[in-house]
Amino acid sequence: MDLNLDAPHSMGTTIIGVTYNGGVVLGADSRTSTGMYVANRASDKITQLTDNVYVCRSGSAADSQVVSDYVRYFLHQHTIQLGQPATVKVSANLIRMLAYNNKNMLQTGLIVGGWDKYEGGKIYGIPLGGTVVEQPFASGGSGSSYLYGFFDQAWKENMTKEEAEQLVVKAVSLAIARDGASGGVVRTVIINSEGVTRNFYPGDKLQLWHEELEPQNSLLDILNAAGPEPMAM
Amino acid sequence: MTFTIPIDNGDSVKNAEADSQRTLYPYVTGTSIVAIKYKDGVLMASDMGGSYGSTLRYKNIERMKAIGKHSLLGASGEISDFQEILRYLDELVLNDNMWDDGNSLGPKEVHNYLTRVMYNRRNKFNPLWNTLVLGGVKKGESYLGMVSMIGVSFEDNHVATGFGNHLARPILRDEWHADLSFEEGVKLLEKCMRVLLYRDRSAINKLQIAKITEEGVTVSQPYSLKTFWEFQAFHNPTAGAQGSW
Repeated sequence: MDLNLDAPHSMGTTIIGVTYNGGVVLGADSRTSTGMYVANRASDKITQLTDNVYVCRSGSAADSQVVSDYVRYFLHQHTIQLGQPATVKVSANLIRMLAYNNKNMLQTGLIVGGWDKYEGGKIYGIPLGGTVVEQPFASGGSGSSYLYGFFDQAWKENMTKEEAEQLVVKAVSLAIARDGASGGVVRTVIINSEGVTRNFYPGDKLQLWHEELEPQNSLLDILNAAGPEPMAM
Repeated sequence: MTFTIPIDNGDSVKNAEADSQRTLYPYVTGTSIVAIKYKDGVLMASDMGGSYGSTLRYKNIERMKAIGKHSLLGASGEISDFQEILRYLDELVLNDNMWDDGNSLGPKEVHNYLTRVMYNRRNKFNPLWNTLVLGGVKKGESYLGMVSMIGVSFEDNHVATGFGNHLARPILRDEWHADLSFEEGVKLLEKCMRVLLYRDRSAINKLQIAKITEEGVTVSQPYSLKTFWEFQAFHNPTAGAQGSW
């Protein structure tokens, strides 16, 4: 089997951004693959742009990193000149500028999310091509294919912070179950007027889906726990 | 203001990526726009979908926007290119206002500007991947025109883009006449949009109708159309020939 270890690093990925009553919750898986090999099983795809604005990265790892690096640099200067925190909209527009003007070369889909004092919590989706779409919730990456139906059914307006985070964790977890390019842990970042909170949900903290079994240390534990005929069919 | 990440890829004839100024294919696309002249001005209809290949990914995209005081622009095709065109037009309108001479850009002028932009981009093999519909009213005169991504530009009493070319045009040719009332115009557009909903895979059932008159532009709230499925022939179409469709 050809692992193709020379293939460019790509984050198959599942990324999500959800607004709630007071802020936003961003979520992502943690798998970075090089062809069929998992190059990093604990990546952090939710990257800081400013104190109050973060971006979820998907697609080419290199492209998404360089775009977010440039935008962090621009926003840093913008904040100094403006004298106050940058808005989420400005951050999204800077990402758009790079994504649109370099559309022939870049292969990265991004979700910008944050909180500012003018508009509160906002999510902007920036898919391939550089379109900007402000949305109450957004998903991206290869895993998002499995979530359109889920969100159509499960999302509702004016959720609480806890409901929003639970929704994000559930969604990323469901996508990981079906998308080979997504995996690892679920990371979330909650941004509101009070600040930023990072959370980490390893596999054992997530609920089990169809055909998934409770993880064990060893078969031996199962055999020892069972009755007189443990190996009977 | 633009920022292109500085790279040196050398020969742009042999190396496809080096030719960084070529739009090769669209990503997020809008489907048909249908528009007609009516008694008081122009009516335009579009759905609110943004497709990503075959996925109906975005369902809240406004594809019709007011330009200045006298014009309404509808776009099908790549949404990011439409957003860029809106930026160009913003600058155009701003500069026009700065003259402060009491004059304002009319639909003919905006259509001409767009035609030049689209055609020049086509000549450089870097098109804006859109078909644009420009409608407006200035000094009592109604105007309706279209520009394609290759710079083909013309005016007419009724226009349609994308699938609308094939499905809406025949209806409009048959049923459009001068001096339609607002109600007749809306019904006619809805007839076209319903057919598109039945037969265009990338259409979604959430649309807006925009009106432009001497008074200005109004874009309706998003709404959905009822559809009809109760033909006898639909109930059991394969009864006479099992396995057919």
